[in-house]
Amino acid sequence: MSEKKEDVRFEKFGTVSFTRTTRVNNFIDHLENDKVMYTHCKTCGAKFFPPRADCAGCLSSDMEWCEVSGTGKLVSYSQLQYAPVGFEADVPYSIALLDYGEYQVFGRLTGDLDLADVKIGMPMTTVVNELSNGQLNFIFKKA
Amino acid sequence: MGKVAIIGVGQSKFVRNYPGSIRELAFEGFKEAITDAGITAKDIDASILCSAPEYDKQRSPAAVVAEYLGLNPQPTFYVESLCSSSSMGLKMAYAMVASGVHDAVAVIGLQKMSEISSAESQERMGRGADIQWESPFGTMMPAYYAMHAQAHMDKYGTTLEDLAAIRVKASTYGQINDRAVFRKAITQDMFADPKNRMSDPVSSPLRVGDCCANADGTSCLIVVSEERAKSLCKKPVWILGVGAASASVNLAGRDRLHGLKAAEQAAQQAYAMAGVGPKDIDVAEVHDCFTIAEILAYEALGFAEPGGAKELIRGKETYKEGSIPVNVDGGLLSKGHPIGATGGSQVRSIVLQLRGEAGDIQVKDPQIGLVHNIGGVGIYGNVTILGNE
Repeated sequence: MSEKKEDVRFEKFGTVSFTRTTRVNNFIDHLENDKVMYTHCKTCGAKFFPPRADCAGCLSSDMEWCEVSGTGKLVSYSQLQYAPVGFEADVPYSIALLDYGEYQVFGRLTGDLDLADVKIGMPMTTVVNELSNGQLNFIFKKA
Repeated sequence: MGKVAIIGVGQSKFVRNYPGSIRELAFEGFKEAITDAGITAKDIDASILCSAPEYDKQRSPAAVVAEYLGLNPQPTFYVESLCSSSSMGLKMAYAMVASGVHDAVAVIGLQKMSEISSAESQERMGRGADIQWESPFGTMMPAYYAMHAQAHMDKYGTTLEDLAAIRVKASTYGQINDRAVFRKAITQDMFADPKNRMSDPVSSPLRVGDCCANADGTSCLIVVSEERAKSLCKKPVWILGVGAASASVNLAGRDRLHGLKAAEQAAQQAYAMAGVGPKDIDVAEVHDCFTIAEILAYEALGFAEPGGAKELIRGKETYKEGSIPVNVDGGLLSKGHPIGATGGSQVRSIVLQLRGEAGDIQVKDPQIGLVHNIGGVGIYGNVTILGNE
């Protein structure tokens, strides 16, 4: 009897992933297709970023994937001059939060942005990014 | 439910590298607390160990600590809410004593952070966040608080000088606290001097001087019933309110970054339970892991209106002689922040103030004190109110 192979697609998320398995593994397939997706509860209509497999509001697990599209407003950001173990090669980089109204997205600012041009409240878009170590994440660009 | 008192407090020196094991570290605070209470280990009905995991290698540390302190066969267990673990432990002790399950509980806070490197420590602390969706971006605690600082500065006009002023105040008192890890004087000029280490950027807009240091340390609180307090203690300090709240781990789930909602909710609960308001507080300890965190605390606790924290520090109202003295023991910024021990250390400072035993940092005749202790970046909020009556 052959054992079912473990689905560890999520190991590809971010510079270092700390999660092997998750029921929202398809997020990685969407990233590979150049799409950042959120989940939408088909039962009660709630929208989730980060994507969830289960809705705590109505207890449904009937979700569909929808694309994070349009622009979000920059809520805040910070540029790191030190990094935790495993992220040293990325320094300096900026983490940030975008508000899309019905949900918010936590990620990184694109590295080619001059921080002097970054203003809280500015519109930005979320795009897929391939890291130098072959991993995938998403970054925020000026709209 | 009956009244609940704290009759003994203890704390080790907070140091960069404690030359002993975690059980030996725990002994230092416990010995001081039971000596302070005038009791022995046999008088303790249960113990609670409060720390954050993965700094040392001991699994289930409550058991080894209880054994070493002579607390077998009494029940012991572990409480963890990151940096607010020992405030959460105090709330558990309060519940056990108020309900009559136990009469005397020891709340032992502990952290030996020096067993791992600073970068490893940042990685562990970064994982005190959402490891699935945030940590893969390379997060760490200073960066999360820096995002709050950026948002607060943008919304309310709080300045880098205001943040530095918090650190200057902390150092004023840290210099005279012989249990603190950082005891040097810090001035605004140091933040303005690009050659001074205090001005080195860590995570914009926070600089080295805006951040507290890791430390090894322990704290211990002896929590007892009203009957036990009256028979054992001349100056029991009563627990009047124990507020606690939680918030979304991922910042994507927060409705604001210019404040910590869990802290605001914990404060409202604690005030309601104690039947007091912000104006009744005579002395406070707040969770200043970063300078911005103290600014946020002033507003969460109602010491200032939203956006008004900068005026409090500019007017030196939170100095010892001010209208609401805050962190006159030097705060986490001076004492250092041994995660699990921090809340107990804050409570100890307030207990000593209320007893009139705070020495050089004694505030004039305080009757009601408050402790604000935050776990993670506002994931856990704990506010405790203590009083002489």
